[in-house]
Amino acid sequence: MLAHVLGVTFDGFAYGMLLFVLSVGLSVTMGLMGFVNLAHTAFAMLGGYLCVTFMERLGVPFLATLPLIFLATGALSLVFERVLYRRLYRAGELDQVLLTIGLVLMSVAACSYFWGTEQQPVTLPKYLSGYFSPGGVDLGVYRLFLSAVGIALALVLVFGLERTRFGAQVRAAVDNQRMARGLGIDVNRVFAATFAVGSGLAGLGGALAVNMIGLDPNFATKYLVFVLLVVSVGGLGSVGGTFAAAVVLGISDVAGKYYVPEAGAFIIYAVMVTLLLWRPAGLFGRRS
Amino acid sequence: MSRLQALGVAGGVALAVAFGWAADARAGDTIKIGLVSEFSGPFALSAKEMEDGMRLYMKEHGDTVAGKKIEIIRRDTGGPAPDVAKRLAQELVVRDNVDFLAGFVVTPNALAVADVATQAKKPTIIMNAATSIITTKSPYFARVSFTLPQVTEPLANWAYKNGVRKVYTMVTDYGPGIDAETAFKKAFTADGGEIVGSVRMPLQSADFSAYAQKVKDLDPQAVFIFVPSNDQPAQIMKTFAERGLTTSNIKILATGDVTEDAVLQQEGDAALGMITSHHYSYAHDSALNKKFVAAFAKEYGDLRPDFLAVGGYDGMALIYHVVSELKGNIDGDKAMAVIKGWKHESPRGPIMIDPATRDVVQNVYIRKVEKKDGKLLNVEFETIKDVKDPGKP
Repeated sequence: MLAHVLGVTFDGFAYGMLLFVLSVGLSVTMGLMGFVNLAHTAFAMLGGYLCVTFMERLGVPFLATLPLIFLATGALSLVFERVLYRRLYRAGELDQVLLTIGLVLMSVAACSYFWGTEQQPVTLPKYLSGYFSPGGVDLGVYRLFLSAVGIALALVLVFGLERTRFGAQVRAAVDNQRMARGLGIDVNRVFAATFAVGSGLAGLGGALAVNMIGLDPNFATKYLVFVLLVVSVGGLGSVGGTFAAAVVLGISDVAGKYYVPEAGAFIIYAVMVTLLLWRPAGLFGRRS
Repeated sequence: MSRLQALGVAGGVALAVAFGWAADARAGDTIKIGLVSEFSGPFALSAKEMEDGMRLYMKEHGDTVAGKKIEIIRRDTGGPAPDVAKRLAQELVVRDNVDFLAGFVVTPNALAVADVATQAKKPTIIMNAATSIITTKSPYFARVSFTLPQVTEPLANWAYKNGVRKVYTMVTDYGPGIDAETAFKKAFTADGGEIVGSVRMPLQSADFSAYAQKVKDLDPQAVFIFVPSNDQPAQIMKTFAERGLTTSNIKILATGDVTEDAVLQQEGDAALGMITSHHYSYAHDSALNKKFVAAFAKEYGDLRPDFLAVGGYDGMALIYHVVSELKGNIDGDKAMAVIKGWKHESPRGPIMIDPATRDVVQNVYIRKVEKKDGKLLNVEFETIKDVKDPGKP
């Protein structure tokens, strides 16, 4: 019995960590820049496709693809930021939503065109597949890896935003743009860098997701819902909040499917509604 | 209204009239098939296979029958979207004046056009959607593909005959899944077996870990799976492999949807040894199938033809048969009379349209996933002849 509970909790935590990596970039850019970037999952999907392409066509080892993908999606997002996003920083939310959902739809079509509509296969290295069961609890190696990546990323982000000079600039630019400019901070550059990091993380999340939840051109629309769920429950701009929300939603999803399969798919939404009724601005949200 | 706007409207009207007239002028010497299917979205690959099958038949048999040119008018539902499917069917009937409706990968889209088919008396060929109930919804529906009870019951019988007594079932929570679950339970318990548990998984499942863990904890003798083809089979098998279920003593049974030929390669060795039942395998051993597979490969490259391609191919054969019997003058009731009782030698084996239900009667094969020359194949090892859909009352 205890082994079941622990096993389900572990699976849920690992799933939550995947949601965290997929969502945290959006939480940061949306919270800090106030830009509704629904195309976040399009960058995640691109990350997934890059992972498949690097591994299956170019023979790059899985672990080596991850930093490459982070850099590549980050760099590409900069182009989009320069050309498209920047024009809408001051526009209304509806305009931002229309632009970015349009990008999502275009990404779906583009991925179908270049990679086809079918599921993309990835073969993980041996040392990341399989499982072992200490005390009867099944621990998948890949899920352990995912959990480690998620936790490490959370620590790096918290440290980066709270303790570094760049983090201080970001926070200053968000709190009072005019004052920050007055102090000589290049706000445009700070925002662009934040955006690139956020999108790079999305790409990384997409690459990590392929093995667990699969990849096809509908990835961007399918997981947008989950990502928005995590971001809204966690509270905009809060790394800790996103982490907590991802863990809670991940575990309740897996536990729900295991213990009450009749209600399985609905549990995650019920949890969201309850949490948002309790804290409308999200778990650690500062503004609603 | 400004002058410019007025001009625009007038121009638009003129254009519409011109096109409408042009369409009417051609109507006399063409047979139009309104193909409603899921060309984008999660079932895009299936819809493509189906259309490829149809076009291959046209290529092999020429695009003229009884002096009439056959024309496919293709409409995309963008996935499971009954409202869209219905609207597209209406447009095809009213505006394009089609002679046949055809296509339909998923059940909800097929069900949505039943009223349209009935009211317009348009013979409608279901080329995939496999929920049993579909053909009962309109007297103008005929199905050339399969039904889930049709392929599931023989598998349940096979399992009992081969010593399996306790089975856990896991299916997708929508029409075909429930059909499969019901059929398996009915046939298996009738034989004397026991269902130790069942789960219905949401259609949008992403992470199957909870379900796989449940199987592992229950440790049944066998598990029966149905998930729709395309994106889910590889995912669920991967999760099973990750938990060591594919190498355990638990036998994995499934309908052929789960080892669909077009996606089987992506499942990798996780699929090895699975026992499935279906009406078509790419590896089906017959001269006709070898010819079909070779022609398909020549036309479309690497993609394997699967049961969807065969559905499109045979559906087109049926349409050609009707057009030639009626000498090109398509009348709904006369067409249905020709369709009922149609017999045909398909790449999958002999098929017939049951005159009573307008559903397909065909052989069902029990297959095992094996690796030959580095490729995964559904190798048939047992044939159950002339199976009717047992899901009909």
